[in-house]
Amino acid sequence: MSRIRHMPRALLVGLAVTTVVLAVALMSLVWTPHAVTGVDIAARLQPPSTTYLLGTDHFGRDLLSMLMVGARTSMAVAILAVGLGMLVGVPLGLSAAAMHGGWLDDLVMRGNDLVFAFPVLVIAILITAVFGPSAVNAILAIGIFNIPVFARVTRGAALAIWTQDYIRAARVCGKGRARISMEHVLPNISSLLIVQGTIQFGLGILVEAGLSYVGLGAQPPLPSWGRMLADSQTMISFAPQLAIFPGLAIVITVLALNLAGDGLRDFLDPRIRRAR
Amino acid sequence: MMFGLSLAAASLVIFVMIELVPGDPAAFMLGINAAPDTLAALRAELGLDANPAVRYVRWVSGMLIGDFGVSYTYQVPVAELVSARLVVSLPLAVMALLLSILIAIPAGMFAAARRGQAADVGIMGVTQLGIAIPNFWFAMLLVMVFAIHLRWVSAGGFPGWEAGVIEGVKALLLPAVALAVQQASILARVVRSALLDTLTQDYIRTARARGLSRRQVLVRHAFRNAMIPVLTILGLQFSFLIAGAVIIENVFFLPGLGRLVFQGITQRDLIVVESVVMLLVFAVIMVNFMVDIAYAIIDPRLRRR
Amino acid sequence: MIRSNVMSVFALAACLNMSAALAAQTSITVGMQLEPPNLDPTGGAAAAIDEVVYANIFEGLTRYQADGSVVPALAREWTISDDGLVYTFALHDGVTFHDGSSMDANDVKFSLDRARAEDSTNAQKRLFTGISMVEAVDPLTVRITLSNPDGSFITSLAWGDAVIVAPETIDTATTAPVGTGPFTFSRWVQGDRVELARNPSYWGTPVALERATFKFISDPTAAFAAMMAGDIDAFPGYPAPETLPQFEADPRFRVIVGSTEGETILSTNNKSDKLSDIRIRKALAHAIDRQAIIDGAMFGYGTPIGTHFAPHHPDYVDLTGQSAYDPQKARDLLKEAGVENLSLSLKLPPPSYARRGGEIIAAQLREVGIETEIANLEWAQWLEQVFRGKDFDLTIVSHTEPMDIGIYANPDYYFQYDSAEFQATIAELKLASDPSDRSRLLQAAQQRIADDFVNGYLFQLARTGVANARIQGLWENAPTQANDLTGVSWTD
Repeated sequence: MSRIRHMPRALLVGLAVTTVVLAVALMSLVWTPHAVTGVDIAARLQPPSTTYLLGTDHFGRDLLSMLMVGARTSMAVAILAVGLGMLVGVPLGLSAAAMHGGWLDDLVMRGNDLVFAFPVLVIAILITAVFGPSAVNAILAIGIFNIPVFARVTRGAALAIWTQDYIRAARVCGKGRARISMEHVLPNISSLLIVQGTIQFGLGILVEAGLSYVGLGAQPPLPSWGRMLADSQTMISFAPQLAIFPGLAIVITVLALNLAGDGLRDFLDPRIRRAR
Repeated sequence: MMFGLSLAAASLVIFVMIELVPGDPAAFMLGINAAPDTLAALRAELGLDANPAVRYVRWVSGMLIGDFGVSYTYQVPVAELVSARLVVSLPLAVMALLLSILIAIPAGMFAAARRGQAADVGIMGVTQLGIAIPNFWFAMLLVMVFAIHLRWVSAGGFPGWEAGVIEGVKALLLPAVALAVQQASILARVVRSALLDTLTQDYIRTARARGLSRRQVLVRHAFRNAMIPVLTILGLQFSFLIAGAVIIENVFFLPGLGRLVFQGITQRDLIVVESVVMLLVFAVIMVNFMVDIAYAIIDPRLRRR
Repeated sequence: MIRSNVMSVFALAACLNMSAALAAQTSITVGMQLEPPNLDPTGGAAAAIDEVVYANIFEGLTRYQADGSVVPALAREWTISDDGLVYTFALHDGVTFHDGSSMDANDVKFSLDRARAEDSTNAQKRLFTGISMVEAVDPLTVRITLSNPDGSFITSLAWGDAVIVAPETIDTATTAPVGTGPFTFSRWVQGDRVELARNPSYWGTPVALERATFKFISDPTAAFAAMMAGDIDAFPGYPAPETLPQFEADPRFRVIVGSTEGETILSTNNKSDKLSDIRIRKALAHAIDRQAIIDGAMFGYGTPIGTHFAPHHPDYVDLTGQSAYDPQKARDLLKEAGVENLSLSLKLPPPSYARRGGEIIAAQLREVGIETEIANLEWAQWLEQVFRGKDFDLTIVSHTEPMDIGIYANPDYYFQYDSAEFQATIAELKLASDPSDRSRLLQAAQQRIADDFVNGYLFQLARTGVANARIQGLWENAPTQANDLTGVSWTD
């Protein structure tokens, strides 16, 4: 009983905070307290004040505005990377399950294992070395590693669905494998995919932060949380806000997404709810 | 068979990817004032003017007999560089993993035993936080507190094992902690949920019915069976730690394997990148293989498969 | 409150350091941002090689001193024939290489012939192209004949690329250098450090240090932490100028600020169709606020320049007024040139002067209506795209070779400046030996490139270093790329 009371609360908090971060990110498209592209050396490294709520960075830019736009960068990269992973991974997983035991299944699973065997960060660095650093290439790098995740989750869940009686009934009715996958399997695993998507979203934000921390994500002047940390950490002793707030922004966002993902899992997946 | 095919596919993927990387190693080595004929001389010396197919065959056949090539920039055998870096990376990964196990297994068991209670919620909350903290940021905070303000440990670097085991372990402590936080958090969650899953199984109910206490059941029966998902995660984490510590190695300026690759890419020391990535992929495949064997030891039922 | 606690911890630590110092310290750990790819200064171009080996392991016939002057080293003295073509060097007696073999005229001949050979990979081959013959007259006398008089030949011989090596050990010099210097090479832990030890049989004045370690830390934050934690004793090319005030305020440390030969410029592709019009380049120059860049990117360290020449050089002409910060003038010039919505690529190599300076310049250009697209590149990409491919509009780079205004005479150089007038000036300079003529020509050259607004001239790179306050004898300026430890010692 107590568990049921706790989990929705975590879910609520997670969703609420995620929504706030998303809203802030969207708001930065139309309004930020100050411009983030202007440089005003005279106003640099100011402590938090009424003009600059969180202070200014080493170029005199408003930290709060930078964080808002940074939220947009992080969210956009992570969402698109997860989208890429789903777009490729889910069909792969569905077809692997539909052809269970066949050559396609084998190929998809072997391919998965192979991608998993590559060190993520090293490959991300290589991709940016080939194509140059940019937000798009960060999406590509993170997206590629999302593909096997979604393929595997989809295949696992889909295999379970394929054993169900109503699928057999559908097959008897003469429906093809592709149609069954789309009409019966996909809707039944969608909640699982949403859960996995939320978790990968959080992970994506962490990886994006890591990539832009080493200079491989979005390029200046577009702010990103990871680069803000990299740019300012030598100043932690005299401008701690610069090294603290972007870090907190990452932690809070990822935490919210994880809470939401976990909460959603329990909330959406009746199988798990029953089991516990 | 499958094993060989995977490796062959991996080697091809790696080679093609590295061929695509723009930038000439020789040009990088000579810098901006290099005369064109100097550049040509160096390219010939490094064997860069051969065609890609020849170089691929040369590389793969070299690796088969244990020859990983010679670093362009350092001009020492790659194998030598790798073994020097493994002396740092391997102990770091092991330390991080040990720390993570030491924290996660008791925490996960405790949470499972007190499922739904305040302690469970608290531990799970902390693990969520642990997963959400970027390790490079946490590492920086650790350096600020323990190296700069308290001056208990040095800010980074590795004195070498010849300086003594204690000195070596001390140098790797902060990086290991920074790496372990996230791993421990993930592991604790896996331990807890694996335990909870097994607790619902029939044989556990039987054991309970035989009069064993909940705690006895947890330790004697549930834990053993929960080991399989835990081992899977440990296998994944170990391979991640060997290669994925690049950023942490940078923060603590440790001469580890991750930084060797990173530096190799920026300096276009492509032979090093190729060979090290290949070794890492090989290691991951090996670790997975060993985890499979470990399954069989833990769970005799799997042996028949 | 927290701050004062922190300070007292520092104070305590300082006391501990004092007591440890009672036993006179004879070892030093020097931080460097870049690791040398190998340790042979005659075969590799990287500045990091010289920063480890120059004057420490290897010596040349002459050498640079801290103040930039060139003095005899392995050559005791020399005479120059009246026509300026024949140099006769008398070598020091009793000089041995670290392997015990003696250094004589044959080694000098070998070294110079190797450097100027057809298949030489010496990065500064041009220094030696004027040599037509090197002869070992007797074991302690070398005669060098030039094909043309060269007023800077003695200086050329002081470069790290001109050090004397031995034929027996040159094949292993990349990983185990053997020179004649006051330090011998002990070992190199790739990716981490190079260790040197005092050479007990050094021919000159023995050095005070018994061992020296060069430690490679590329990350500025890590460099800051290592310095603060006392892991590093000195960091001559310290990469985080923003933290220097902290070191200045801390009695444990001394901040060393000096000059370098690095003219930091906004390199402009003169052949790019967007930038071939001088009015646009002039507009760029007036759009740039040098002081804001020096303050913002270098935290105040650096001297504004108005041309490609080091301000500490006697022949320097201050031309900064000619391209003073005047955004309105920049806008007018753009209008006059008839361009609107100008969008330029700005490709930035890794150093922070470029990355930070680039962001500031992008903002300043936006003020006058020029958009830039920034791309942060690694050095390898920069060399490929910008330097060799000439695929760029703007880039920022510091040209750190001494007296390198001659690069503007090469129309194929990456910024592609092609001026017959300038090329004639440089050709004349090469043959001039009279000091007042040279002076006049150098000043004319500076004026020419400023008048043509070839590049945006930003600032002379400062050398910012941090060292333990008890270390003395480190170089303040960087007349050449070196970390000369021969005069370094600890005070009690």
